[in-house]
Amino acid sequence: MRKEIPLVITTIVGVVFVIAYFVPHYPFNRMNGWFSDWFSIIQACAIVLGALNLLLISSQKVIKRKEGWGYAAVIIASFFLMTYIGFADGTRFREPGTNFDWMYNRMYIPLSATMYAILAFFVASASYRAFRARNAEATMLLLAAFFVMLGRVPVGDVISGFMPDGYQLSNLASWVMNFPQTAGQRAIMIGIALGLVSTSLRIILGIERAYLGGD
Amino acid sequence: MSTRIKEIIVLAFIIVFCVVVYLGKVMGWMQGIEFPAWVSATVLGIVGLSLLWILIRTIGGKLVERRVVFLYVGIAVSLPLFMTLSQKITISHEVQALYNALVELPPGSKVLVSFDYDPASAPELQPMAESFIAECFKRDLKVIMMGLWPQGPQQANMAIEMALTKEGVPSEGIEYGIDYVNLGFQAGYEFVIQRMGSSFKSMFKTDYRGTPYDSIPLVKNVKNFSNIDYSFNLSAGFPGTVEWVQVAVDRYGLKLGGGNTAVQAPTVYPYLRSGQLIGLLGGMSGGAEFELLTHTEAKATKFMLSQSLAHIIVIAFIIIGNVAFFRGGRKSALRGTE
Repeated sequence: MRKEIPLVITTIVGVVFVIAYFVPHYPFNRMNGWFSDWFSIIQACAIVLGALNLLLISSQKVIKRKEGWGYAAVIIASFFLMTYIGFADGTRFREPGTNFDWMYNRMYIPLSATMYAILAFFVASASYRAFRARNAEATMLLLAAFFVMLGRVPVGDVISGFMPDGYQLSNLASWVMNFPQTAGQRAIMIGIALGLVSTSLRIILGIERAYLGGD
Repeated sequence: MSTRIKEIIVLAFIIVFCVVVYLGKVMGWMQGIEFPAWVSATVLGIVGLSLLWILIRTIGGKLVERRVVFLYVGIAVSLPLFMTLSQKITISHEVQALYNALVELPPGSKVLVSFDYDPASAPELQPMAESFIAECFKRDLKVIMMGLWPQGPQQANMAIEMALTKEGVPSEGIEYGIDYVNLGFQAGYEFVIQRMGSSFKSMFKTDYRGTPYDSIPLVKNVKNFSNIDYSFNLSAGFPGTVEWVQVAVDRYGLKLGGGNTAVQAPTVYPYLRSGQLIGLLGGMSGGAEFELLTHTEAKATKFMLSQSLAHIIVIAFIIIGNVAFFRGGRKSALRGTE
């Protein structure tokens, strides 16, 4: 029954969603609403579950002194600190001027932005080490990247200022983004969509059961 | 001197630099620091010449370490913040289209803005949010904000705070609940959008402050997307613009414009070409173009110099890397940079 019940739920929900898309009338629209609400409820519970799971894994790491346990200790301390301050500020904890808001603005935002900004350094280093004109395809990719990178910033038009209007680097970058890039994206999107349809059908019909775990 | 000691010295230098910059920002004495044009030109000249020197060294068989690349990227993004060089920003078609759709709205129209990002993407998306909301207020458009990401509503509050300080925004007459409202975050990804298609209230029983939906004058008559005149989605991933197009635009006919990170922007271009997306602000350059159109030049415009220099640095190192590749063969080129 541990597998059969989730399979039945998946099939019913999947079929209702498919029908409701094409027939948005009673009873399918009503059922669609119920299932969407249930999804929100389950997702909200999953957020709590995820937080607790993070806490559990981090605690185990600290207790067993596994590699990087110091970072896990920082996670636990930060978790409890933010939770405590959030509760201490009451129901309006997210409003401007609260301690939670101060922590969000002065700690969470700079730390998050820093982590993301590090990406720029790794992208530059990776490009230097791996972006090579090995063959014709790689050379085309390289040239497209050059034109887009230069055309997307004002300096591109400064460099190509001698060219007539409409033929500068910004125009070339726009052309690359609007035509070859879009064509490639469409091909990828259609491929993904077809894959999604087939996988979804397999899940709804109970053929694909890997999401249930186990063997 | 061992490598370890060198690393500690560099780290200490960076920490001291960050502390000095932070204190300077807090105390205010960093605000006015700007390089004169000749200093900016000299700095850029030195950077250019040093890159040429690295290229010559590479041709000579001496490859640079990746730490040097990091150093150059650091210089490229930080020093231009103190420079005052002006750059000509060209308005792209997609940014112009988004702006045109906004200015066509009559006063009093309702605009839905979804903040689907977190602080990690704020440097790119926050300037867009600020200038977009400021423009809405200037044109007496009513702004309904929400978020499919938990941090979205807080980013919305920050954007409102900044938008109200922009030139031309009548901050005195703008009132919460009448001119703008923050509905907060709702878990459920695209299912939230789907439910909003039939009823906003079913997803947002109260606003961000806990005020019941029906007690908010701005939204009490807003049932679903049919009561929204225009929408703008600021997105850094999933759920984001793609989900808004697939559910709100395709199923409910919502008029949608997008503001995306530079990484995500290419994935939504097909929707732009097909007309499902009215316009697009792609990355910081999109934000700068929008600031120029709305005459609210701020962060995005200022940061474009950093982005220009960073792009040039990356391109320069790709060229240097390829020179090494063709000169010494693939294996030795990679070995030298490790």
